[in-house]
Amino acid sequence: MHLGHPHMPTEAGGDAPARTVRPEGTRRALRIGLGGPVGSGKTATVAALCRALRARLSLAVVTNDIYTREDAEFLLREAVLPPERIKAVETGACPHTAIRDDISANLEAVEDLEDAVGPLDLILVESGGDNLTATFSRGLVDAQIFVIDVAGGDDIPRKGGPGVTNADLLVINKTDLAPYVGSDLDRMARDARERRGTLPSVMTSLKEADGVAPVARWVTDQLAAWVA
Amino acid sequence: MGRASDQCGAGGRATLLVLADGRFPAGGHAHSGGVEAAVRAGRVDGVATLALFCRGRLQTAGLVAAALAAAAAAGTDPLELDALADARTPSPALRATARRLGRQVMRAARVIWPGGELDRLAALRPRGAHHPVVLGVAARSAGLGDEDAAYCCAYEAAQGPVTAAVRLLGLDPFEATAVLARLAPEIDRVVADAVRAAHTGTEALPAASAPLLDITAEAHAAWPVRLFTS
Ligand SMILES: Nc1nc2c(ncn2[C@@H]2O[C@H](COP(=O)(O)OP(=O)(O)OP(=O)(O)O)[C@@H](O)[C@H]2O)c(=O)[nH]1
Ligand SMILES: [Mg+2]
Repeated sequence: MHLGHPHMPTEAGGDAPARTVRPEGTRRALRIGLGGPVGSGKTATVAALCRALRARLSLAVVTNDIYTREDAEFLLREAVLPPERIKAVETGACPHTAIRDDISANLEAVEDLEDAVGPLDLILVESGGDNLTATFSRGLVDAQIFVIDVAGGDDIPRKGGPGVTNADLLVINKTDLAPYVGSDLDRMARDARERRGTLPSVMTSLKEADGVAPVARWVTDQLAAWVA
Repeated sequence: MGRASDQCGAGGRATLLVLADGRFPAGGHAHSGGVEAAVRAGRVDGVATLALFCRGRLQTAGLVAAALAAAAAAGTDPLELDALADARTPSPALRATARRLGRQVMRAARVIWPGGELDRLAALRPRGAHHPVVLGVAARSAGLGDEDAAYCCAYEAAQGPVTAAVRLLGLDPFEATAVLARLAPEIDRVVADAVRAAHTGTEALPAASAPLLDITAEAHAAWPVRLFTS
């Protein structure tokens, strides 16, 4: 299923990704980036989002692995989407370069997916696990989610950095592990609010049934604004 | 042959620096120019062997690419050059890489130096023409000349592997860059040869080959775990 329909070309202003319309005149898919430290739960979030949204939306995923195709293979194994809707990009030992400084290979993957299985409503772009400074270029994605987890230390929201501070949505994942690693969830939430002002943050445990719901709701809202 | 800049008035030395910059956003950072396979095989293990590798790549793939780029920048039909590039690239993996990098240069150049010649080539080769051909047309669109385009390709032939080797081997970046500096006079000579060939005509374009690069590129493309795409 696809929400879009052919419409008149509209160019977004400012520095927002300008080309919102495909050459043949249909609206291109909304692109959402997922970044964050290694192992925080980016692939698990992508998989859960696909399961939650695939019945309603036409979806595709781009993964950026550092030196393998593990993430793409995990998504294929889990069969969250048909294989032709998942594409892996290789990042030449530099995951942040491929999502920020030189987005060529990712743009190519996005275009190829729209050509092959489009029209699409939503493309999720997962960054290779990186550090707290890695963020997506506005030329590649329309909005970005930064995924951290409670086991990486409950001082990460306080430390801030571009991902924690500026991402359109901050996900604090693996709340189920908090008691075991001694992380203070209230403090994490408080620090996140302090760093992020009015930008939203959510807490998730993907081990629970429908644990991804708060993220899925946010994505659905973004999409509603995109097609409005 | 006159420089394209004679016609459009742009394309000074600063424009060349923009196009030749290793950080030009056209996907090159994910490619090692074959050095990842050479490192794994133990043929490149430090600056001395890196210098030999780069020299070999410059004199073969680098010379061919520089001549194709010069011809494209001088206005030779890019589709003819694309066919000639195919004929000079026996490895299917390297053909795919060359077209992919060509498509990525095209995407960048159409935003940075838009022009009708780029649009036409993009329409005729939507999945990408060979990298040196697109680079030559992009150089034209930027107001650069044939020699400038040849410099971009010859320099990249050595610079790509050097940057990749720094990441793969943890080389001292100063010593690694000194490898490039020592190759500079040889890059100048390769460019002169490439431009001379491009002026003579397409039948005079060089066809130097590096069979080991072709073979290892095929093997590398099948590795399950690697840092670089090629
Ligand atoms: N307990 C718990 N484990 C989780 C949760 N979310 C993810 N995991 C586990 O954490 C591990 C890493 O998750 P991934 O989704 O692969 O993390 P990632 O951020 O994609 O990792 P990289 O791509 O390697 O950076 C996996 O074993 C997941 O099963 C969670 O909410 N709770
Ligand atoms: Mg992952």
